[in-house]
Amino acid sequence: MSEEKYIPKSKVGQWFDSRLPLLTLSHHLQVYPTPKNLNYWWTFGGILTFCLITQIVTGLVLAMHYVAHVDHAFESIEHIMRNVNYGWLIRYVHANGSSMFFLAVYIHIFRSLYYGSYKAPREIIWIIGLLIYILMMATAFMGYVLPWGQMSFWGATVITNLFTAIPFIGESITTWLWGGYSVDNPTLNRFYSLHYLLPFLIFGLVILHIWALHVPGNNNPTGIDVKKNSNETMPFLPYMVIKDLFALLLFVTVFLWFVFFAPNALGHPDNYIEANPLVTPAHIVPEWYLLPFYAILRAIPSKLGGVIFMFSAIFILMLLPWLDTSKVRSATFRPVYKKLFWLLVFIVILLGYLGAKPPEGVYLILSRLATFYYFIHFLVILPLLGRYEKTDPLPQSISDPVLEKTGMFDKFKKAAASYEGDNVNSFK
Amino acid sequence: MLIRLSKFINFFFIISLFTSISFATFSEEKKINFIENKWSFDGLFGTFDRASLQRGYQVYQEVCSGCHSVQHLSYRNLSEKGGPEFTIEEAKAIAQQFEIEDGPNSDGEMFMRPGRLSDKFLKPYPNIESSTAANGGAYPPDMSVLAKARVGGADYIYSLLLGYEEAPKDFELDDGVYYNKYMPGNKIKMSEALADGIVEYSDGTETSKEQLAKDVTAFLVWSSEPYLESQHRMGFKVIIYLFILIILVYMSKQKVWSRFNLAKNEEEETFDKVEKVITEYEGEDPKTFK
Repeated sequence: MSEEKYIPKSKVGQWFDSRLPLLTLSHHLQVYPTPKNLNYWWTFGGILTFCLITQIVTGLVLAMHYVAHVDHAFESIEHIMRNVNYGWLIRYVHANGSSMFFLAVYIHIFRSLYYGSYKAPREIIWIIGLLIYILMMATAFMGYVLPWGQMSFWGATVITNLFTAIPFIGESITTWLWGGYSVDNPTLNRFYSLHYLLPFLIFGLVILHIWALHVPGNNNPTGIDVKKNSNETMPFLPYMVIKDLFALLLFVTVFLWFVFFAPNALGHPDNYIEANPLVTPAHIVPEWYLLPFYAILRAIPSKLGGVIFMFSAIFILMLLPWLDTSKVRSATFRPVYKKLFWLLVFIVILLGYLGAKPPEGVYLILSRLATFYYFIHFLVILPLLGRYEKTDPLPQSISDPVLEKTGMFDKFKKAAASYEGDNVNSFK
Repeated sequence: MLIRLSKFINFFFIISLFTSISFATFSEEKKINFIENKWSFDGLFGTFDRASLQRGYQVYQEVCSGCHSVQHLSYRNLSEKGGPEFTIEEAKAIAQQFEIEDGPNSDGEMFMRPGRLSDKFLKPYPNIESSTAANGGAYPPDMSVLAKARVGGADYIYSLLLGYEEAPKDFELDDGVYYNKYMPGNKIKMSEALADGIVEYSDGTETSKEQLAKDVTAFLVWSSEPYLESQHRMGFKVIIYLFILIILVYMSKQKVWSRFNLAKNEEEETFDKVEKVITEYEGEDPKTFK
């Protein structure tokens, strides 16, 4: 935050701002310098904020009609769909909104991986972002339980049962989580309570995430530092606002297309069957956005091992700023890393695909290989690659991505001035 | 060495992509091919065929409702827009055919009265247990959201109704279990419900098995999504609106950014001018510059 000190114009403004600098904050958000070369992958931050607010607002309305009781939950969802004015719209937006939220967050995370946005000085942004991601998964998981369909119930049973893998205290922890000896009404009630709470924690973390971003400023596609308050940056308002808005509208179009024309495409049909503890579905699968981790969980032969690997797969990302030893941020200038990045994307998608398949035969072998590679990528390849990779030469500034012109401008200008005087406009 | 590594990675990438695609195509779980049908409610502009829904209600009432409930539908839904659109009088008359338990009255007694529009569809059994007991241990599922609760949706229901066949010779069936091509596992406890002519339509539509199945499937799809038509209609408007808005916002964006691009162009122009001057005095090769 290097811009000059802001003083409100009006007397009242000055009086208020010296007591609570909201006007300074607002000013800062408007003039916040953003690198001029940001591409559309950088619009997903704004899109994610939109997703969070949409989920909170629609969730608030749903909570007015939903009944968190095993005997009424399923019925109350149908009540919302049929009898509440535009209830179907609100619920479909909320249900598809979670998928869209995850779609955007995955793009956001992979953008960060590609352009090295997690590297110094942005480690804290990255770690807060991962905490948000973890809370998102917890919130989404508990939200999926609320309709009390078959997948809700059995998904909850499978996931909470994971805690029994903890030696000695596992059983007690699980009983404590359930509030009983199986997933039942107390479980539903506490999941509802937490499902309402966590989004506000996410909201708080988002504020920290943005705050932490505004200290060093945005990374950019070249990964090299920009000079603030130079012609390399442009103010957030209006340039980034209008660009983010344009990208957001494209995203919303995809979002609403799902809502109106394929609202159940991303869900599982079994969740329209009311939960029945006596009937187990043929395949218990979580929502698509959790599938890669589900595949890792099932790839490991022991239950405890599976749980450890699944959680490590997420927490290993927290160490990424230190595991990746390369000084160069952007994959644009890292030819080998660029390929490995796409390989990682492929591996994660493959894991997602395998997570939806039964853990047997080829699927099991493939998920083991993919899990193995996932960890090798972060624990072995990245630390070594930073040391041995021959990176392409970096441009000196983001205005000079073309290497030949690097630094030439100033030199030329000086020489030209010595022949024809300082005023460029008077040149022939 | 690094070039070789990068070639190897390329190679590995292509190979793994190739294998995964082939796995995806060849090792899919055995898919059931449902009978395909062109439904009026499919697609972006899909709407229900009123007459078909009204006939479908009749089939449900005369054939299915003995065992299957549709507990989330109310009689008023029958007259609402986007559904079978019976007139209010017709819907009232339908509701009055049923005896609904109400109460307690001022004496603390439950009593029976004729149904009203606001009542939910009468259930054939008071609870899942009694329904299970009366049907040989298999609970006839509630059909309110059946079309959304089965892979294949409408096609599944339609196919299942027409999928009864003689079991293959080596296929073992217990008593009270029937063979159905489209049921996962091919075993179903519901006996074949439809036959040609078992319902008499008042509008003179033929009453072949296929027609009955088609009508009752449409009815069940509507009962799963009574808001489907307004959903499609609103969706279409929203997409058009967004399309126009996106064009306007894109144009605004270009306009706003042109201010910045203008500055950039000026800078480039200056650079070109400077470059021209310098090459004039010092020649083409930057290395020889003083």
